[in-house]
Amino acid sequence: MKFLYKTLLCSALVAGGAVSCTKDLDLSPTNSITADIAYKTPADYKQVLAKVYGSFALAGNNGINTSDLAGIDPGQADFLRLFWNAQELTTDEAACVWNDPGIPDFHNLNWTAGNVLLSALYNRSLFHVTVCNEFIRESSDEKLAGRGISGQDAEEIRRYRAEAQFLRAFQYWVLMDLFGNPPFVTEKDPIGKYIPPQIKRADLFAYVESELKAAEATLAEPRKNEYGRVDKAASWALLARLYLNAEVYLGKGQGRYNDAITYSEKVIKSGYSLMPEYKHLFLGDNDVDNPEVLLSINYDGIKTQNNGGTTFIINAGINAAMNPSSFGIPNGGWGGNRATKNLPLRFGDYSGKTDKRAMFFGQKIEMEDPSVFTDGLAITKFRNVTRSGAIVPSSGNSFSSVDFPLFRLAEMYLTYAEAVKRGGTGGNEATAIAYFNKLRERAYGNASGNVTAITLNDVLDERGREFYWEAHRRTDLVRYGLLTSGSYLWPWKGGVKDGRGVSESFNLFPIPATDLIANPNLQQNP
Amino acid sequence: MFKKQSITFYPFTMKQLYQKTVCFALLLLLGNVALMAQGTVSGKVTDQHDGSVLPGVTVVVKNSALGTQTDETGKYSLSNVPAGATLVFSFVGKLVKEVAVGTESVINVALADNSKELSEVVVIGYGTQKKQELTGSITSISSKDFQQGNIQSPEQLIVGKVAGVSITSNNGQPGSGSTIRIRGGASLNASNDPLIVIDGVPLSGSSLSGAPNPLSLINPNDIETFTVLKDASATAIYGSRASNGVILITTKKGQSGTPVINFNSQLAVSKIVKTVDALSADEFRTYVETNGTDAQKALLGSAKTDWQDEIYRTGISTDNNLSISGALKSMPYRVSLGYLLQNGILITDKMQRPSASINVSPRFFNKHLKIDLNLKGAQTKSHFANQGAIINAVQFDPTQAVMDESSPFGGYFEWVTKDDAGKATLNPNAPRNPVALIRQQDNNGTVNRSFGNAQFDYKFHFLPDLHANLNLGYDISKGSGTTFVPEYAAQNFTTKGQNNKYLQKVNNKVAEFYLSYAKDLKSIKSNVSATAGYGYYNNATKNYFYPNFSANGEIVEGSQPKFAYDIPENTLISYYGRLIYTFDDKYILAGSIRTDGSSRFSPANRWGVFPSVALTWRINRENFMKPVSALTDLKLRLSYGITGNQDGIANYSYLGIYSVSSNASQYQFGNTFYNMTAPAAYDQNIKWEQTATANAGLDFGFFNNRLSGSLDVYYKKTKNLLNTVPIPIGSNFSNQILTNVGNIENKGVEFAVNGTPIATGKLSWNVGFNVTYNNNKITNLTAVSDPEFAGNQTGGITGGTGQSIQIHSVNYNTFSYYVFKQVYDQDGKPLENVYADLNGDGVINQKDQYRYKSPFPKVMLGFNTQLTYDKWSLSTILRANIGNYMYNNVASNFGVRRNILNPNNILGNSTTDIYNTNFFNNRYQSDYYVQNASFLRMDNVGIGYNAGRVLGNRMNLRVNATCQNVFVVTKYRGLDPEINGGIDYNLYPRPRTFVLGLNLDF
Repeated sequence: MKFLYKTLLCSALVAGGAVSCTKDLDLSPTNSITADIAYKTPADYKQVLAKVYGSFALAGNNGINTSDLAGIDPGQADFLRLFWNAQELTTDEAACVWNDPGIPDFHNLNWTAGNVLLSALYNRSLFHVTVCNEFIRESSDEKLAGRGISGQDAEEIRRYRAEAQFLRAFQYWVLMDLFGNPPFVTEKDPIGKYIPPQIKRADLFAYVESELKAAEATLAEPRKNEYGRVDKAASWALLARLYLNAEVYLGKGQGRYNDAITYSEKVIKSGYSLMPEYKHLFLGDNDVDNPEVLLSINYDGIKTQNNGGTTFIINAGINAAMNPSSFGIPNGGWGGNRATKNLPLRFGDYSGKTDKRAMFFGQKIEMEDPSVFTDGLAITKFRNVTRSGAIVPSSGNSFSSVDFPLFRLAEMYLTYAEAVKRGGTGGNEATAIAYFNKLRERAYGNASGNVTAITLNDVLDERGREFYWEAHRRTDLVRYGLLTSGSYLWPWKGGVKDGRGVSESFNLFPIPATDLIANPNLQQNP
Repeated sequence: MFKKQSITFYPFTMKQLYQKTVCFALLLLLGNVALMAQGTVSGKVTDQHDGSVLPGVTVVVKNSALGTQTDETGKYSLSNVPAGATLVFSFVGKLVKEVAVGTESVINVALADNSKELSEVVVIGYGTQKKQELTGSITSISSKDFQQGNIQSPEQLIVGKVAGVSITSNNGQPGSGSTIRIRGGASLNASNDPLIVIDGVPLSGSSLSGAPNPLSLINPNDIETFTVLKDASATAIYGSRASNGVILITTKKGQSGTPVINFNSQLAVSKIVKTVDALSADEFRTYVETNGTDAQKALLGSAKTDWQDEIYRTGISTDNNLSISGALKSMPYRVSLGYLLQNGILITDKMQRPSASINVSPRFFNKHLKIDLNLKGAQTKSHFANQGAIINAVQFDPTQAVMDESSPFGGYFEWVTKDDAGKATLNPNAPRNPVALIRQQDNNGTVNRSFGNAQFDYKFHFLPDLHANLNLGYDISKGSGTTFVPEYAAQNFTTKGQNNKYLQKVNNKVAEFYLSYAKDLKSIKSNVSATAGYGYYNNATKNYFYPNFSANGEIVEGSQPKFAYDIPENTLISYYGRLIYTFDDKYILAGSIRTDGSSRFSPANRWGVFPSVALTWRINRENFMKPVSALTDLKLRLSYGITGNQDGIANYSYLGIYSVSSNASQYQFGNTFYNMTAPAAYDQNIKWEQTATANAGLDFGFFNNRLSGSLDVYYKKTKNLLNTVPIPIGSNFSNQILTNVGNIENKGVEFAVNGTPIATGKLSWNVGFNVTYNNNKITNLTAVSDPEFAGNQTGGITGGTGQSIQIHSVNYNTFSYYVFKQVYDQDGKPLENVYADLNGDGVINQKDQYRYKSPFPKVMLGFNTQLTYDKWSLSTILRANIGNYMYNNVASNFGVRRNILNPNNILGNSTTDIYNTNFFNNRYQSDYYVQNASFLRMDNVGIGYNAGRVLGNRMNLRVNATCQNVFVVTKYRGLDPEINGGIDYNLYPRPRTFVLGLNLDF
């Protein structure tokens, strides 16, 4: 009846030429909120912080079939799956049998600016940057004061803000490493009709460095933050990684190996320690009693579901014949990724009896047919089971609860060693060898694998054994000049069975065509 | 005889035809007329209106087959006229006149105009207009011209009948909807559906959970007319919702007089016409034995199963309708009841629809106040068969039996993997048993809908030329349903079955108020008609969210919804006006304007203005046309106008909002999981899409409209397209956003003609033909012009993940296929993975993809004809689409060796296309799979018999038999060439249906 009255009233008024009932046109969604409500209390800030972190864990906000980004299937729109593909499928560590658009290009080293997976990764990283920008904007001191948040609460939110700065710096490091010269947006730029400028790789290096250093003071002390959140050690680890690769980013002779030594050592001495058993780093309960991981991307088979992340790494790495239950995903096994022979052969004895890091499955080491999953060995490193072997429950029994180690202490040992071997000062060879042997002792379970001298190439090989399938390999091969060269080959490198060298331009991914068109400020990488 | 005679509409030929026909009739009935031969009667027939002679008038002796017709000078002569006979003079557009012969031997008659027929009134937006005075491009189809047979959904009544209108049923599911396109689509990302207005109440266009389509809740038997408004002159009064055309539906109303009871009943039998060409069990076995590895051969079963036969059946349906219409004192009323029971051809598929409709039209204050109350209610109860079975039946190994005694999955064969210990687990990458998919899923939906309006029309006592009209309408519905899958079923094995439910409530409200004024100003030979009004439309839907449940009722972990419900809502407020000025009955100038305010846009962009102007020149009223006596009607229509579009986009897309993530999308800090609050991408400047349409039309009618038709030429240009485009990443919370950028053009020609080549006393023959040409082109897609920009990919296909096959590109048709050019060997077989290097750079990469054809027909043809002889009638409708192409996703996904010798340790069936391609791997992007889908379809053929008064003159009986979907002629290699969107996959086949009907009038 109210409706009827209103209508009659409106009609009468209109007939009289007076006013209109246009207030009815101001509608707002039932379950969504505006910025002022989203940032009302410190608890609200924390929920937005969950998105600031969740942006690199999940593709979207509403379950496995949603994505923040368009143009890509939500199942492969998350950061880790895309980053993993770009860092691993391009190398000797993995080749995928699937024919899906964009995938074969990686191992064939013949991608173009139109590759949908590359543009999805680029979009994901910049989306994450944009989410961080928004959070940094909304948590400025003025905004906090304006919302009546002060004292301890404000201090806590400033720490969130520093973490958002770190995550933004991390994504800019990804963009710098993979795409070189990406568009550049910060919290000072508006949302909406804005065309971001392009930044040069070297300038971005300086920005990432300065941001990390600016945020450092506000971050939590090492091991003093909640699980899953950034502390000073993670920040130092990213700086160490940045410095180790400085010659790639800044040019020959521009290395920052002294800084790499300084910062890796800061992490090494920060209180983190190695996980006693290597294989426990990659299990479904790696979120508990984990002294080694500095920062992880967190997943849960029920509360943080997706088809990317470690769910992808595990499922794509096994097939139904490998007893999916023993991987904690009874209904899984997509049969996609497996290693080229270079990876097992790097261990010598790859049975896992000597070096326990060697975790392979299968009979046939040769990859005769690139479309047959059982040509090449499967990797059994990541498993959604607890240390005691119990399946970690998941919705549909196919999602993983394994948290992905983005930075772990072991990397710092090898960063120190490599920086020393590359001529960095402030460290020494003996310490480098000692750090190197710490990883080998854990791998062998005793000192039988220890070495007394190391070469620069030994470090690369050790990284290959320690970090395989952890999304480091492309960066490492680029740093060693081996990704595109004909001097180091692996099966089907460049699309031919025995492998071949390709143009050096493939050391860098192109700026995706989609953004080159949308953003007139951008120029393609050389 | 009739077939051989070509239909050419020159008077002379027609006359010959009449004569032949009459002779034929005479011959047939010779026995009856050779009675009591008497005198000869002759005379002349003239037009009472102006005294001119009337050629071609039928003159018959009542209750006999004796008859003739007048010659060019209007004269006739009949011999052997029995004594006491009565002559019947009839002519199209004239009132029938009967004259008793008596003793006269010369009888001259003058026939008066059938004013009802000549002043035929057509419904337009907010009013009516005489057909002769229309300024817009409007086609009206009334119930007598509707498609016959088993019509489940109202729009099917006019398929093939209207030039420029394409109606494609979505599939063969009971009650499934159709996609209606008027003059092609005007948009890319906003809706392309026309606005549908029932008795003045616009439908919201939103879908209903639990119902196959919203229109399916309206009983087609309650519909009186369909009026299609095509050009801007006709549609612009509907402003922001008119860019895709408007369809006005009026429902049957009560008539004064003695009550008329009508009962009709139908029995329909539906059978599948054709299944997908998959390998038979023997062919399949041979293929695997020849090409497979030992491990693959070991997977072969021993059965011969045609999986498609297993899932289809003959569907029996009935439809019964009863209506009573009459007047209670002076209040006309109509009450109708209907009950439709439809069994689909997919096993277990079923829909029931009881419906009721009441109309009363009381008049008050000496008929100054007219009230029309319409109330409709319907319930649709459906059992939905799991349509996933359709495609699985194509791809499932035909050597496996349906049942497997040892199977833990309810006794159905399923693909399992055995580990080293011999323990069987369901293979997650295998398709599921098609029969089990259907038999092990119980999916029931019920929709209750009530829909109605009260229209008050008041003629002012002090100024009868002024009317005030208030129309209040509502449309409420509740859709609910449950899906149950037992715990042991393979299809939901991971969640231990399914026991889910859903609930949705829709509440749409409409209020319209307008004043109209019409005045004849005889002194200046003018007529003025003006309308001004206000409209308020509110659409709100309440969607309830529930967790997922296992079969035993336990909640599936992680599926608890964050919110109990959501209420998406939008409101539109409108002001409109129209002025029609007619001078001397010859020149008609019409203008309309509407302004709409939409809640979907920010206050700054909320209001859009949509004007139109039109001029009509009734050429036949000019003195210089008077000598052309054969001409009944000739008029030229010119119109231009702007309409808008805001449908099909999200309700709140201009607002920068945050939303809280679902419980399956939380993030862990410490030991706590937090729902994520995420910002969403938005364009605060989003606004209306605008379409400008120019139309020129010519309407003609000859021989008192015995031959009539129209020709229209139009040009539609849409700007500010609501278009999802890539944006510079980093500038918003996505890489794409819905914004206003781009232009599309549609150009077309429509021609429709209807004729009655034969109309004698007992024999009549009607023919209708229409042809439409439409071509669309994208003229701009980006804010900044960029020749490097290939376009926006669209048209997702099955296979791999995230693949699409179509593209929107500048200078091409919308939805053009974007493919590689296949290279063939000398035998015409496609060479696997060999494509033409179109840019000649020596490398085959995505730069060699090209745009090849589109799913839209360039030309559409419709033909209908009805031949009536005495109590018998025969009718048929044919349609053809020419120039439309289809992507055969069934063949591209299954017609490869990789699908038979599947790397997932299973065998899967292929289409027989594999014998042509011999492809090992899927080559989705090859243009080989883009196939010509032009077709000619006979929609129906029917025969009817009107028994006249039966059972002691108590009732009138008509019976009919119809066959629907009689045949299709096409080169397309898939199942059916007529699929919306142009991507063929998992189509529920359209059955062939045989219908027996019975109609009783009391």
